[in-house]
Amino acid sequence: MKLNGDLIMDEQKEQNNIRNKKSLIECRGVDVFYGDKQALFGINLDIGEKEVTSLIGPSGCGKSTFLRCINRMNDVIEICKVEGTIKIDNEDIYHPNVDVVELRSRIGMVFQKPNPFPKSVYDNVAYGPKLHGRILHKDDLDAKVEKSLERAGLWSEVKDRLGEPGTSLSGGQQQRLCIARAIAIDPSIILMDEPCSALDPIATAKIEELIDELKDNFTITIVTHSMQQAARVSQRTAFFHLGKLIEVGDTEKIFRSPDHEQTEAYVTGRYG
Amino acid sequence: MWRIDINTDLLISLSLIIVSGLLSFTLAKQRAVFYLRNNEPLRSMPIYHGLYVSLWSTLLPIFLIILLLFFKDSYLNYLVIPFLSEETIDLGIDEILYVKSFLINNISSLSTLISSGFISEGDANLLVEKYRESRVVSFSSLVLLSIILGFVSYKKLSVRYDARRRVEGILKFIFFVFSTIAVLTTVGIIFSLIFETLRFFSQVGFFDFVFGTHWSPQTAIREDQVGSSGSFGAIPLFTGTLLITAVAMSIAAPLGLYSAIFLSQYAKPKTRDFLKPILEILAGIPTVVYGFFAALTVGPFVRSCGEYIGLTVATESALAAGLVMGVMIIPYVSSLSDDVMTAVPLSLRDGSLALGATKAETVKKVIIPAALPGIVSALLLAISRAIGETMIVVMAAGLAANLTANPLSAVTTVTVQIVTLLVGDQEFDSAKTLAAFALGLMLFVITLALNVFAMIIVRRYRERYE
Amino acid sequence: MSKNLSKRHRSEKRFIAYGFISLILAATMLATIIGSMIYRSIPAYTNYSIDLEINMTEISAEDEFEDINFRGIIRSSLFSFFPEVESRSDKRKLFKLISSSASYTLRDFIIENPSYINKKFYFNVLFTDDSDLFYKGYVDTSLSESERRLDDQEVTWLNELKSTGRVKNKISKNLFLNGDSREPEVAGFWGATIGSLITITVTLLLSFPIGVLTAIYLENFAVKNRITDFIEVNINNLAAVPSIIFGLLGLAVFINFFGMPRSIPLVGGFVLSLMTLPTIIIATRSSLQSIPPSIREAALAMGASEMQVVFQHLLPSALPGIFTGTIIGLARAFGESAPLLLIGMVAFIVDIPATFTDPATALPVQIYIWADSPERAFVAKTSAATLILIGLLILINLAAVLLRKRYEVKW
Repeated sequence: MKLNGDLIMDEQKEQNNIRNKKSLIECRGVDVFYGDKQALFGINLDIGEKEVTSLIGPSGCGKSTFLRCINRMNDVIEICKVEGTIKIDNEDIYHPNVDVVELRSRIGMVFQKPNPFPKSVYDNVAYGPKLHGRILHKDDLDAKVEKSLERAGLWSEVKDRLGEPGTSLSGGQQQRLCIARAIAIDPSIILMDEPCSALDPIATAKIEELIDELKDNFTITIVTHSMQQAARVSQRTAFFHLGKLIEVGDTEKIFRSPDHEQTEAYVTGRYG
Repeated sequence: MWRIDINTDLLISLSLIIVSGLLSFTLAKQRAVFYLRNNEPLRSMPIYHGLYVSLWSTLLPIFLIILLLFFKDSYLNYLVIPFLSEETIDLGIDEILYVKSFLINNISSLSTLISSGFISEGDANLLVEKYRESRVVSFSSLVLLSIILGFVSYKKLSVRYDARRRVEGILKFIFFVFSTIAVLTTVGIIFSLIFETLRFFSQVGFFDFVFGTHWSPQTAIREDQVGSSGSFGAIPLFTGTLLITAVAMSIAAPLGLYSAIFLSQYAKPKTRDFLKPILEILAGIPTVVYGFFAALTVGPFVRSCGEYIGLTVATESALAAGLVMGVMIIPYVSSLSDDVMTAVPLSLRDGSLALGATKAETVKKVIIPAALPGIVSALLLAISRAIGETMIVVMAAGLAANLTANPLSAVTTVTVQIVTLLVGDQEFDSAKTLAAFALGLMLFVITLALNVFAMIIVRRYRERYE
Repeated sequence: MSKNLSKRHRSEKRFIAYGFISLILAATMLATIIGSMIYRSIPAYTNYSIDLEINMTEISAEDEFEDINFRGIIRSSLFSFFPEVESRSDKRKLFKLISSSASYTLRDFIIENPSYINKKFYFNVLFTDDSDLFYKGYVDTSLSESERRLDDQEVTWLNELKSTGRVKNKISKNLFLNGDSREPEVAGFWGATIGSLITITVTLLLSFPIGVLTAIYLENFAVKNRITDFIEVNINNLAAVPSIIFGLLGLAVFINFFGMPRSIPLVGGFVLSLMTLPTIIIATRSSLQSIPPSIREAALAMGASEMQVVFQHLLPSALPGIFTGTIIGLARAFGESAPLLLIGMVAFIVDIPATFTDPATALPVQIYIWADSPERAFVAKTSAATLILIGLLILINLAAVLLRKRYEVKW
């Protein structure tokens, strides 16, 4: 009788073969502790390349914690310990030789509450590229900023206001600015932690549209507490509960005919 | 009337007033308890009845006594002066103080007073009697006032009287008066400084003071040349103050800021717990100790270092004083900057780190710019502190008013001169003592401007993030 | 890309190093200051003295006490060591080797122990500060005579005295128990310490009630209008005014306008309380503000009046913070000297003050006065006094920290 963790792995391998999709991120046996409290238990999850994967589950079940493991933002928290293996493009990102700064420059993150720097719109977007020293000429930088803002669907609204502080934009615009900022560093992965929870429905719709466009070029993992959003936006869905990964599969399947009872209970709204 | 000693009359009348207060308290409270026992509709608790009466019977008389004590000396002046001979009055204030202190401390020293010829024996006895009488009269009338007030307020009380509200009203009034003391202090400062400064400017010209470059108050008096030769020119004092402040800030600003950065962003909790108290102890060392250290150790050390290199350095160099003052200010800069940097929202820090920035880059490019108004304000407050510092410069900097920008030479500051002009021999009206007030006014205005400016900067830029 | 990366990492290492070095420099400065004070204070803790053979057998019971020549008795005892010294100027020089307070100490001893009046006994007498420093090794005999305070003859005498075995080195009681004195070997800081304590008591008695009640009023009872805003701005400004300005205020208002005497702790206390008032007000306000509004609402809902809410519910919870702020404010006042200089508490006070209106000085001011003295021995005393001052301040601050830790309420 195989353990649940292994079962999931087998399922995922099977699903991948059927879909013909490569896994960019591979997680095996990931345990996360906050001091003595364990938050994640043996997570085995694969995230496919250039598609949107959503992480759903009731609040406090560890979705955000898991997300932050991927770009090692949990390192910033003193008492947090991560065990297990996470491989991106077949490299173990927790290997002692890995430069965290370099790792994070390949992954973009958008937070729950928009957090533009108290700098101009231009400087917000240019921050990453300037830092990484990839772009040296001002013209190239201008072009980069424009392209990122365009891809984030914000260019037309701010092109005459590039010098104004990023904090002077509306909530929805600020979040799109943060997305532009993340895009500007040319990441292969974009992590989004409940990006729309602080926004109104119209702004939310705009961002969901954006995510759909972006998936052609980026691997996106999004944590959301709204099942409707997960259903609208993602191709793959993983359901977490109390720190364990219960089920992962095609979004349609998870919402229509989930294998596990707990999954069904959650998606049909019986709890959560 | 039997004789009461001069200070015991105060004690007796105070005790009588307090007794009257306690008595009226007990009487009123008991009556209220009595109402309660008789099931009458008592509106306020008995204790408020008691408080109402006792507050009325004690507060006003005690306040008046304090007032009397404050003006006791002016009254003594008024009493004593007619009795002194012409020559004595011409001798000046000190002699009058002499006579007054004998009166206050009683008869035993009167004989000395008489033998020194200031006043005749008959007159002396008369004076003492007059003073005693006026004290007894005023104190007894205040005790009487206390009893009357107690009686009147007792009459006002009744079962339905809302004593509690009245008592709280009285207390609120007292608290209000207390809170005006802070304002009165500022008013007092400004008033007294301006008043004396104006008197100063009636003797020494305004422009001579503010723009003059020669400061030597001693010679002015001796040559009887007050005001004319510009020997109250304050510019060397301003430059001296600025020079020492500049040296101090050049040490305190970088060390303080970097300490704050290390403590708030990099130090592990254990290291922080160990290092932060060190800064707090530095802040707690009295400035006189810093001054002593500067004069005893740093000054000579700096001088011998200089001589070793071949430079001439004064023992009381601006460099020595500035160095020590800088060390004293490090905790100010550090703790204020630490506070503002910790107040920057963590989301900004996370946002920068997630984009692949190192911690140092995050601090330099995101946190410090975000905290900049607070940091600038902290530096302004530190400068204000340096300008107003007295003891370190009094003990370690010189008295020579030197107009120079060379930190190796000895300079003097505004605060040193204030102390020098006032500690020592003083006739209160001379231009010397008044000059100290003029300097004090400038100091007050400048530090006030710096503090207000610092506050405005912080308020204005706080809108940056919510 | 990787070159850029390693450059950035190196830049970070430098950045961290600057921070750490800054702190180490600050810590080193602290250690230097304290260390230098400790080192320089060492000579002050002990005094050299000599057991002189006092011969009072020639004094009969009928002699008037007033007429006893204590000075002569001591002189003859001292001169008995050096019978060859004959000239008056030499004798004077010899006598100057011991403290000028010796005859007074003997006199006080006889007053307390009258049975010794016609006996022969050994009596311990202090050396003067120059001799004391010599025995402690601070006189460089290799310098020429004009460059030191003791010439060769005096040095010889002192060495001879030492060889008699009657020279002792004892803990200096004077340092800790005496008031100020012109003679360094007799001077102590007890008078200044008591003066400081009396002044701080006045400061506490005035600033604590006024400060706390003002804060309570502003926080709970005052109508929030422009007047109260103005009062608040005033308080915040006062907190940042240089201390010397308060000295000027004290001089102009208390001493000149009200004619109060200088040099007394009462006036010193008034001035310092004006200075401490803003600190206490601000500390009380922030303590009160940190209490959750739910406590207040609950009490009001039970029918308590505003004042009852404040005094029966809010104040007790705010007390730890208030006490901490008060102690910190008082500690600052304890170490202040500039305002006290201006109001005259810088006089030469020998007696230990006992009331609020006795002339007195304060410990920081005593340090200032001694620092100015030319005698070498005062350096050690001043350093010892600074250590006592710092020690007392550490105690006061520790009390504040302990209080805060023990009684702090975390909401």
